[in-house]
Amino acid sequence: MASLKELAKRQDIFCSGHRACSGCAPAITMRQVTLAVDKHLVAGLSTGCMEVVSTIFPFTAWRSSFIHNAFENVAATISGVETAYRALKKKGKLDAEYSFIAFGGDGGTYDIGLQSLSGAMERGHNMLYLCYDNQGYMNTGIQRSSATPFGAATSTTPAGIKIAGKQQFQKDLTQIMVAHDVPYVAQASIGFHRDLNKKVTKALATKGPSFINVLSSCHRGWRINPADSLKYSKLGVDTCLWPLYEVVNGVYKLTYKPREKKPLEEWLKGQGRFNHLFKPENADMLMTFQKYVDHKWNTLLWKCGEIKERPE
Amino acid sequence: MAKETARIALTGNEAVAEALRQVNPDVAAVFPITPQTELMHRFAEFVNDGKVDTELIAVESEHSAMSATVGASASGVRAITATSANGLALMWEVLYIASGLRLPIVMPVVNRALSGPLNIHCDHSDSMGARDAGWIQIFSENTQEAYDNTLQAFRIAEHKDVMLPTMITLDGFIISHTTEVLEILDDEAARRFVGEFTPLFTLLDPNQPITMGALDLQDYYFEHKRQQVEGMYNAPRVIEQVGKEFLELTGREYSFFEKYRLDDAECAIIVMGSAAGTTKEVVDTLRERGTRAGMIKLRVFRPFPYEQLAQALSHLKSVAVLDRSISFGAQGGPLYLETKAAMYGKTIPICSYIYGLGGRDFMPAMAESAFNDLFEGKCDQQMKYLGLRE
Ligand SMILES: Cc1ncc(C[n+]2csc(CCOP(=O)(O)OP(=O)(O)O)c2C)c(N)n1
Repeated sequence: MASLKELAKRQDIFCSGHRACSGCAPAITMRQVTLAVDKHLVAGLSTGCMEVVSTIFPFTAWRSSFIHNAFENVAATISGVETAYRALKKKGKLDAEYSFIAFGGDGGTYDIGLQSLSGAMERGHNMLYLCYDNQGYMNTGIQRSSATPFGAATSTTPAGIKIAGKQQFQKDLTQIMVAHDVPYVAQASIGFHRDLNKKVTKALATKGPSFINVLSSCHRGWRINPADSLKYSKLGVDTCLWPLYEVVNGVYKLTYKPREKKPLEEWLKGQGRFNHLFKPENADMLMTFQKYVDHKWNTLLWKCGEIKERPE
Repeated sequence: MAKETARIALTGNEAVAEALRQVNPDVAAVFPITPQTELMHRFAEFVNDGKVDTELIAVESEHSAMSATVGASASGVRAITATSANGLALMWEVLYIASGLRLPIVMPVVNRALSGPLNIHCDHSDSMGARDAGWIQIFSENTQEAYDNTLQAFRIAEHKDVMLPTMITLDGFIISHTTEVLEILDDEAARRFVGEFTPLFTLLDPNQPITMGALDLQDYYFEHKRQQVEGMYNAPRVIEQVGKEFLELTGREYSFFEKYRLDDAECAIIVMGSAAGTTKEVVDTLRERGTRAGMIKLRVFRPFPYEQLAQALSHLKSVAVLDRSISFGAQGGPLYLETKAAMYGKTIPICSYIYGLGGRDFMPAMAESAFNDLFEGKCDQQMKYLGLRE
């Protein structure tokens, strides 16, 4: 396992010169994830912030081969690349070793690209699908996605007088991927770089498809200080909204257990998108959200064998 | 030549599958849609019986079929898929990406009406919906041509001066499901004709990583589109050259269109696909009666051979254009509009007929009635319908 110091010495595949906002957590995700790759890489990206900031023609922030096709089809695109690779290998026309990673934002993964992702996982392509989850359609101006948490104000779920933000909980995509029975599924966060690096390394060593979901704040969308990206990526984990775990061949394992589970409010407060939840009239929303997080967390603990009783 | 060919009976779908078997592409993505389904059934049999070494991806939709084909083609291999109607419509977004990335994908399209209402039978509305997607479009009259066009498509698409995806079409059911006798090349001859594929660029060159599908803003997008036009501009030369080589190999002649008894004709019909066969019969009948009828069967719709077509039609008294698709709110069908534009400045009357939508049979009497209009001087601006109950 490479230390951060060692990782820092490696040549970046996702390199400087991209146009992401300073403090952009998805950009940090791209860099940390690609640092773990030790073969040739073909990376794919769905349309979204990371694609838009990293490949403004005639420039590219990609030292590896890279393809962007459309918003919803990065999984299918990389399916094609990986299949071409196998075809060339079989015919003895290529002997280099490659890894294949499809990157998607939450919109391109949880929503419009879910079918293409599901198809690629079911077919068993040897690839890693990595979702950088910033909990909204950020590239198009901070609209809600199905990954947007309960209560969040976005441009399509504003904190109105009658309806205060998003009314639904976030979709649990990681569980949907577990249901695909792919050999490796994990949740990670850039606040825990060693954990993330380890997971990517494992995923790339897995034969067949793997999926990692990475909580990656967007300071524009979350209305936080750009310097606080890592803080919120950590708090998401410590409040147990975004537990770090992996499912290897169906076996659940927590990869990090907060010494003390922090109240959700610690993650919510300071994020401008949740300001309205702290008004007295929305107190019940706060409670509802906390209850949801508790239940999900306890269920996960049970799945990981950390507690005996399945929560009601 | 004789020992290099064989005469066998196949459906259109089987004939195209046969051509694909001979080409032995590296990757094929498949998704079923009537009437294309059997084409890929046949091809999947070739894969599973080890008759080709293609990697088959049975995708979960046509959108992913085209997306995976783009990924494979960008990786420097020969990649194919096939579809019809709604499947083609679902690919629409990615068709533009395939041509924008200059990927020489070959795709048979078995022409079928677009929903709604739901209809599985032949017309050309699917291909016509994709006519501005930057793909070369080649139409076939029968099983033989579907086979021949498939082989030629690879040469055209992959030519370094073209580098554009190419769709070859065959009329749903009428060609795809009709068994006809055709002449096929032996495998060696077919392979020699199509040749090895050497990509100009690939994602899988370990020494030279590349970025494909970048964000292309005001600064470059326009120039890139202009380059695509250049590929289309070069395509006619390549299409003709490939056609000539194919003629030498098989004795079958292919160019942008086929002139049928046109040189001394007074009036002519322009048509694409299987209806050309019926129209030829009618031309012959009219000729027997002493009427100077002629016909053009258009083969290449994109790039549209406007110069050659205008020249071929220049001696006529009037022309009827038969479209198997409709362009709502336009003066006539897509083929009519193209022909009319090609003939701009000429005084020859050209009129528009719509026929055969949703698989409505095209009968000799319909071609005859269009000819009657022409010979009676009833060629006006009014769009007319053949075989429609009004
Ligand atoms: C078919 C289609 N619909 C809509 C869009 C517009 N669009 C581009 S990026 C984007 C949002 C991307 O959101 P996400 O995947 O979460 O990535 P992020 O921008 O947050 O990084 C949308 C809606 C598109 N490019 N294609």
